[in-house]
Amino acid sequence: MSLLEVRDLEVHFPIKSGTLFQRTVGAVKAVDGVDLDIEAGTTFGLVGESGCGKSTLGRAIMRLIEPTKGSVTLDGQDILALSERKMRSVRRQFQMVFQDPMASLDPRQSVESLLTEPLRAHKFPGGSAGHAKRVRELLDVVGLPESVVNRYPHEFSGGQRQRLGIARALALNPALIIADEPVSALDVSIQAQVINLLKELQERFSLTYVVIAHDLAVVRHISKTVAVMYLGGIVEQAPAADLYRQPLHPYTKALMSAVPVPDPNVEETRSRILLQGDLPSPANPPAGCRFHTRCPWKQATKCDTERPALRELPLVAPGHKVACHYAEDILAGKITPHEVRPEEVELTPAGSSPGSIEATEAHVAGGLTPGGPPGAH
Amino acid sequence: MSVNEVVAGEPGGPAPATTEAAARPPSSLGREALRRLVRNPMAVVGMVLIAVFVLVAIFAPLIAPYSPTDNSWLDQVRPGQYPGPSAEHWLGIDPLGRDVFSRIIYGARQSLLIGVVSLALGAVAGIALGVLAGAFGGWVDTLVMRFVDIMLSVPGLLFAIAVAAMLGQSLTSVMIAIAVVNVPIFARLLRGEMLGQRGADYVLAARSLGISRSAIVFRHVLPNSFTPVIVQGTLTLALAIVEAAGLAFLGLSGSDPSAPEWGRMLTDAQETLTSAPMLAIYPGLAIVLAALGFTLVGESLREALDPKFRR
Amino acid sequence: MSLLEVRDLSVTFTRSGQQPVRAVDGVSFDVAAGQSVGIVGESGSGKSVTSLAVMGLLPSRGVSVGGTVTLDGNELTSMDQRALRDVRGRDVAMIFQDPMTSLNPVVTIGRQLTEVLIRHAGLAKGEAKAEAEQLLRRVGIPDPVRRLGEYPHQLSGGMRQRVMIAIAIACRPKLLIADEPTTALDVTIQAQILDLLRTLVAESGCGMIMITHDLGVVAGLCDDVHVMYSGRIVESAGTKDLFARPSHPYTDGLLQSIPRIDDDDPDNLLHTIPGSARDTVPWDRGCAFQPRCERAVAECLSGPPPVAELGTPIVPHPVRCVRPVGEDVILHEGNVAR
Repeated sequence: MSLLEVRDLEVHFPIKSGTLFQRTVGAVKAVDGVDLDIEAGTTFGLVGESGCGKSTLGRAIMRLIEPTKGSVTLDGQDILALSERKMRSVRRQFQMVFQDPMASLDPRQSVESLLTEPLRAHKFPGGSAGHAKRVRELLDVVGLPESVVNRYPHEFSGGQRQRLGIARALALNPALIIADEPVSALDVSIQAQVINLLKELQERFSLTYVVIAHDLAVVRHISKTVAVMYLGGIVEQAPAADLYRQPLHPYTKALMSAVPVPDPNVEETRSRILLQGDLPSPANPPAGCRFHTRCPWKQATKCDTERPALRELPLVAPGHKVACHYAEDILAGKITPHEVRPEEVELTPAGSSPGSIEATEAHVAGGLTPGGPPGAH
Repeated sequence: MSVNEVVAGEPGGPAPATTEAAARPPSSLGREALRRLVRNPMAVVGMVLIAVFVLVAIFAPLIAPYSPTDNSWLDQVRPGQYPGPSAEHWLGIDPLGRDVFSRIIYGARQSLLIGVVSLALGAVAGIALGVLAGAFGGWVDTLVMRFVDIMLSVPGLLFAIAVAAMLGQSLTSVMIAIAVVNVPIFARLLRGEMLGQRGADYVLAARSLGISRSAIVFRHVLPNSFTPVIVQGTLTLALAIVEAAGLAFLGLSGSDPSAPEWGRMLTDAQETLTSAPMLAIYPGLAIVLAALGFTLVGESLREALDPKFRR
Repeated sequence: MSLLEVRDLSVTFTRSGQQPVRAVDGVSFDVAAGQSVGIVGESGSGKSVTSLAVMGLLPSRGVSVGGTVTLDGNELTSMDQRALRDVRGRDVAMIFQDPMTSLNPVVTIGRQLTEVLIRHAGLAKGEAKAEAEQLLRRVGIPDPVRRLGEYPHQLSGGMRQRVMIAIAIACRPKLLIADEPTTALDVTIQAQILDLLRTLVAESGCGMIMITHDLGVVAGLCDDVHVMYSGRIVESAGTKDLFARPSHPYTDGLLQSIPRIDDDDPDNLLHTIPGSARDTVPWDRGCAFQPRCERAVAECLSGPPPVAELGTPIVPHPVRCVRPVGEDVILHEGNVAR
């Protein structure tokens, strides 16, 4: 059975307007109908560009943002139905690792204090002596010396801070860790250290990970299953090796071809699918397939009217799910890409967007306009 | 490769030339800020001014050569002629035959008292409202903030005059008046800061750890929101001293007209401004220096505590 | 002669009461017309300071710049501010990481563009407007007439970066300096912008310096690469040469530690460089990378490491290391030249 089951999850942020009497004039559909099944002991990678809703999805799973619809079942327990009190005690089972280790550590807390806090809150056995022992254990596990217990976050380097963030997440022996861009704020030479640490910890404590990242290479390296998100929905999901060997969704193809490879010979020979224009506004997503406005494989029928479901292709690619009406035809080469002219997209309605997504996903808040070099590829 | 090997060379590890964290004693943000503060010459000037001001206020009876209300030198005063500085009277004698230096010294007492008490009252009430709004949000926030908006919409000085007029002329009403003016400043500041901090990642982290709401507010949000409040407090003290002088100047201070007070000294000096301008300049200078001290320290504190200056 | 010659550039920051910090130390490189040169490094390597020093954009207070920067025969470091302002924008232009902060938020795109054209290219107002429209079209902004009247916040991140590029190429500069131009952008938008830069350099024949931390960006865009560590260039080579034969242990470690999208065996642990950039040695005492280096030997701490030439006079490949990857002998001052 899956450790985590997500069904038809929706997070819509209301867009309010009016100065004195606010009324809802629309919604930013940050997450719009997502299903997930995550096996215990594996890593599930969630990739997408800013504004696709991946961070919001991660936070909604942890119920740090209340979903507007759907269910999240952790270890057989529907956590969206829990009271706030009950929820607090369930939180020990799943933890989060954040992108910016500086921002996610209270600058006024010493290492000792920040690692003890969850232990005290959940009455970790052993009293204060036990807690002190646990703190040292945790530091050892993430590769920091015991001598740092009295130090403060600003005294550490970025990589060390992220180790502290990971130690804190491990404090209560969680089963699931959701890591939101765990390495993207770090220097390249430090990223590898943290990725390896996450892998080692997974083996050692049989952890389950959901790794949210925009870096496809990082996700590939760490994940067993990878899902690609676009405008609030999952467009493709498959075992990592399959997805990277043979991406089926046009968006995934474009995304992969855009990632620079540190090898000039590969860069010279590979073909690129340059997407035109920018991401449409999640407040007013395109009808039908959300990607059809930028899709080089867009067809005359179905694409702009019918939203494709995420479906498995049992005959051509078992275990590989894709949300595209024409996935088989594209794979078989029956449909070829054509030029795309960037399409006009309405601006996000003015008004206060919820701060939480503004912070994590820049595209949601700003006015979005399309464009791109007409036929630049 | 094991984790420990990976971090060899980080603090505690065998890094030959690392002068980072390993060598220094651990330092909290507060200590760091203090270190930056004492390195700033502006802050040092401000702190010296404040120290002089506070010491003078506390030890006024020991410093002042005479009582501030002693008018034994009335016989030396003639209309239009007031004795200037001399060995016995460093700053001369005022039209009522009192020693100006002693009055300035005792005036510091009055100013400090008004400043501290009104700041304390205003800050406590403002912080309470700010915490209420910032911690609960929602309709509590709306209610508190509308109330604060109403307070803010009345011009400060007018409000103070109204309070002084309502409660009668006394030192208490001056302090209350100034405090009331300060309440919305603190309330808004703290509430805004708390709302900002509530969205910070470390608050999200604490929530995901299952820390209770009240613990998050009091252990994380509030301490991290306090920096601007401390800065504002210092700046408000400067303002309170000026405001107290202003109210005294308008004749709204205590009922005893002979009490030494910088603002009142200014009022009194008005009448003799042409013949003895120095009588206005001395208390004016005292007000400016005291206010400057707090302003300098406030501004330097803001700089020292600003994360942008943190390295 | 090269378009740009940087020789022995050094930048030292001094702050009262603190040890002076040498952010850039003895940096030399050339950029030829039509050539893209990558400067790669992590945060604190001095790559951005190098680009600011070339532009003459460092504040004069508390900063001392040494060495020479020669653009098309003109020495820039000794030039006065007035003359330098004319060079900037006309002969050299810069593209920054965050187009939102480098565009003026209260001035329309059109005015920001025409201002540059009027000031540096001496165009009349009408001409400038027509040229601005042309420029926006050239950087791939659809409906340029309407865009000219818009403000930066009305554009997406990718669009803003295109506008920045339009402003940068407005006066047909001889040299374009791009400082992490795509770091703030999504990969698909990054691909668009890199494609645009590639086209611009090919078409206009200007030289380009690409400052980046991303070796993938360098691989696809640059002809030559200089790898910086702790303020110095540790390895320089043609891009293909560098990726085929990374010889400084830092370059080698960095390349091995990057997870690749076309990795054949992603299940293994990544190669790591231990420690962080904080663990360092002053260059005059030895190699700054020594504390993190797997190949470190005693000689690494006996004074500044010599530069070994591993290439040929025509295809140079200098490496600042006493024990480059693939070399078994330990190189000393005496035996480095080959």
